[in-house]
Amino acid sequence: MAKTLFLGDEAVAQAALDAGLSGVYAYPGTPSTEITEFIQNSKQGREGQVHSIWAGNEKTAMESAIGMSYAGKRAMVCMKHVGLNVAADPFMNSSITGANGGLVVVVADDPSMHSSQDEQDSRFFGKFALIPFYEPSNQQEAYDITYAAFEYSEKFHTPVLIRLTTRLSHSRAGVERKEARPQNPLHIEENPKQFILLPANARVHYRTLLGKQEAFENESLNSPFNKYIDGADKKMGIIASGIAYNYLMENFENHQCPYPVLKISQYPLPSKLIAKIVDECETVLVAEEGYPFIEEQVRGILNRTGNIIGRLSGALPRDGELNPNLIAKALGLPDTYGMPIPELVVPRPPALCVGCPHIDSYLAINEAMAEHGKGKVFADIGCYTLGALPPYNAIYTTVDMGASITMAKGAADAGLRPVLAVIGDSTFTHSGMTSLLDCVYENTPVTVMILDNSTTGMTGGQDSHALGVLGEICKGLGVKEEHIHRITPLKKDHEANVELIKKELAYEGVSVIIPTRECIQTLSRRMKKQQAAKRS
Amino acid sequence: MKIDIILAGVGGQGILSIATIVGYAAVKRGMYMKQAEVHGMSQRGGDVQSHFRLSDQEIASDLIPMGKADMIISVEPMESLRYLPWLNPETGWLITNDQPFVNIPNYPDFDQLNAELGKLKNKVVINADQIAKDLGSARSANMVILGAASPYLGIPFEEIEAAVKENFARKGEEVVNTNIKCLRAGREFAEKL
Repeated sequence: MAKTLFLGDEAVAQAALDAGLSGVYAYPGTPSTEITEFIQNSKQGREGQVHSIWAGNEKTAMESAIGMSYAGKRAMVCMKHVGLNVAADPFMNSSITGANGGLVVVVADDPSMHSSQDEQDSRFFGKFALIPFYEPSNQQEAYDITYAAFEYSEKFHTPVLIRLTTRLSHSRAGVERKEARPQNPLHIEENPKQFILLPANARVHYRTLLGKQEAFENESLNSPFNKYIDGADKKMGIIASGIAYNYLMENFENHQCPYPVLKISQYPLPSKLIAKIVDECETVLVAEEGYPFIEEQVRGILNRTGNIIGRLSGALPRDGELNPNLIAKALGLPDTYGMPIPELVVPRPPALCVGCPHIDSYLAINEAMAEHGKGKVFADIGCYTLGALPPYNAIYTTVDMGASITMAKGAADAGLRPVLAVIGDSTFTHSGMTSLLDCVYENTPVTVMILDNSTTGMTGGQDSHALGVLGEICKGLGVKEEHIHRITPLKKDHEANVELIKKELAYEGVSVIIPTRECIQTLSRRMKKQQAAKRS
Repeated sequence: MKIDIILAGVGGQGILSIATIVGYAAVKRGMYMKQAEVHGMSQRGGDVQSHFRLSDQEIASDLIPMGKADMIISVEPMESLRYLPWLNPETGWLITNDQPFVNIPNYPDFDQLNAELGKLKNKVVINADQIAKDLGSARSANMVILGAASPYLGIPFEEIEAAVKENFARKGEEVVNTNIKCLRAGREFAEKL
């Protein structure tokens, strides 16, 4: 079969479709967004009526996927690493109930934090939930593993996790496809206790899950994705997981490593293969993208032998992405370098686009807040986080989705006055609504600005659940109508906007101001489309 | 045969269409390809780069090791210099647009920037914006750059032309022709050096 060029994300999406997927559930998040977008744009997806509409957040996505699995069909849920924190409750408990139709959870980690607030490693969640998980090393494996993951899930009635990392998610290569399987028919689980986690049922299910662990490890031992590749020189052995395997092989002519290599792409770790390489080799280098997940387990907390090296030992950096050069250094191979960057080259940080409505919002916020001093604007996750950078220097905090409003509340509870929360429309419907309800419940003196650009901007302009309904939501949550305002973030309205913000900051209660103007990126795309339509 | 290229620019300048076109031509020749892109936050006017690897043998790493890139192709002069640690210091070529994209307050002095570019051994520094504008499509500067890089790609020029045609086909004949003109102009410039 001819190869198709796919991003790692797209390979996962195509494999899920070919494995008989009935629905994908996701909230956009770099570097996972392209999985769902691929299915949304896929003819195969449309023809199979595969569900692919964005979910409100990762938790609702996870729960919908679980529901589809319980109904007997194959479901996939996709998110970035921090999204799994949001979805952790249903995720952890789905491992106790187990799956009916194939249930695959795809989590894209972002080591080096290209577009994230941390670089947490989702393999810990896989181990935490006691479920099988995968870590593909390349695009073909991303395809093959996703295809296999649905079979695994149905064979063992368990959710299965696939961990991607940025470089695989956003790197393109040729992929060979397998035959497409039909979707599952609806099928209701016969055991009436299977999906009801009453403590009495849950205790039984948990023991069942514990009982499956040996079988899971056995699957890893015999997995085509885990390979023990022998080498003549036993001075060193290398355990390389996921994409680190490629960086390792890059360092050797014809990809022939003189040392034994244990390639890991499927977990739980196959202890027999780990024992083999540790017993055979004098020193074992553990190369893994993310946290020292394998290294810590292999060397143990006591580190008795001292011959397991990697990120914990300092052979590799403790944080950030790996690359071929870092592995070369850890192996004692000569390092390579081109030419130094000339001193005149300066950083070019991301910035709000020219014409971005957030610029006008921040200019108004800065003027209204000027008399109150720093430390009183609590912001959130989205393009408007860039308000942290010059020339705005407008915000005090950014932690997690929806946190702006509740952090502002906590600060107000502490006695800080006035406090302002800045949150985007999509982030608000993701997880800001309950935060606002907390404020309404106590009538906390906070001013909440919901910057409504009618899209999920940072991830490329996906539809926002908040579109056209923000005012109604705030009213429904109990914000008094006279303290809900829509304004237009434009230069000509600047003075009026500043006055309004000042007025609401002085109010000892909950107010919501919604600056509303479409994202300049989605607007220009829409205009181009309209012009093209006119021409043809 | 193996070619490792760093594509560089500023988010929104269209470096990825260069990769799409060369990738298309390469895959058509039966070559292996890997191309690591930057999505997400940096696309908002920040520096962006793509590691683009072509080979007649299987490729291991999605990232090019430092000092091993055969080429830096950049649509912005300061951005071209940011990736010098990746360029092979002996045999590597730097092909860049000489028109700065200034969206930061501390952008370096243009003369000093040109002086830095001048120090490099193998380079093509071209005013792609002007050439594209003269040919009637300011937006096709990236095709001028691709044309200027084309003599060093190891792929026959006709095949790159075919890939450009393929890439722009759904936008109509006029767009195809303009882009081909820009591609050829870039190539001529490089060949005259």
